[in-house]
Amino acid sequence: MSAEPTSFKREMLATLPSLRAFAVSLTGKHDKADDLVQDTVMKAWAKQSSFEMGTNIKAWLFTILRNEFYSQMRKRGREVQDSDGAFTERLSVHPSQYGSMDMQDFKKALAQLPDDQREAVILIGASGFSYEEAAEICDCAIGTMKSRVSRARTRLQDILKISGEADYGPDAVSAQVTTHNHSF
Amino acid sequence: MDGKDLRMIKDKLVTQQRMRTQTGRADDGLGPNSDIGARLRALYGAVQDEGVPEQLLDLLEKLDSAEQAQKAKTAARDGE
Repeated sequence: MSAEPTSFKREMLATLPSLRAFAVSLTGKHDKADDLVQDTVMKAWAKQSSFEMGTNIKAWLFTILRNEFYSQMRKRGREVQDSDGAFTERLSVHPSQYGSMDMQDFKKALAQLPDDQREAVILIGASGFSYEEAAEICDCAIGTMKSRVSRARTRLQDILKISGEADYGPDAVSAQVTTHNHSF
Repeated sequence: MDGKDLRMIKDKLVTQQRMRTQTGRADDGLGPNSDIGARLRALYGAVQDEGVPEQLLDLLEKLDSAEQAQKAKTAARDGE
């Protein structure tokens, strides 16, 4: 029948894995992340007339999810977020490229960041958004986004005592960039 | 390595830098050669690779079929 709702659904489906990963990074828990994604899907569906097909559905959905998360946090208080923050739960798929101790340390370091810096570094470094898109999602200026990312990176480097350039070499890394990043 | 080689490498680096600047991602330290960027993507990618839970897919199906049904109803009414 009509192609439009189907393609809205299809585009939404394509974004769900990344949206869910962002939700896990915000809530720190898989079950809470799934509830949040579910609320986001319902909100987005109700608002779909305000979305223009062909524009950036990924950024649109991330914005809805983030707003939903912070509005729930305000209503329920900080208990919504796991005290340790991002990715603290054991992942069902282990990022096997790294030793488990190594990744544990990284998760702890990430959890030590202030919320705004953590979400900034995730949106830019992992979700594959441009600074402009990330600034729009977080409702801040591009310069603010850049400085949050920069402070987050410096802080992570300090905590982990590593340099900015990889010890692993570009090959190990580029494989992941193509696999996980930039879902569109 | 002679001066010509060095110059070529330098030109290449300058070009790369320029390309990065054009994409607005210069010096964010999270690119392909960044350790932090790689770890972020490994964590994020591990969640992405888990797939989408069944209940979420069901929800989307239900929303879509409810909408289709609503449309069919409206169309039928308008056709009368």
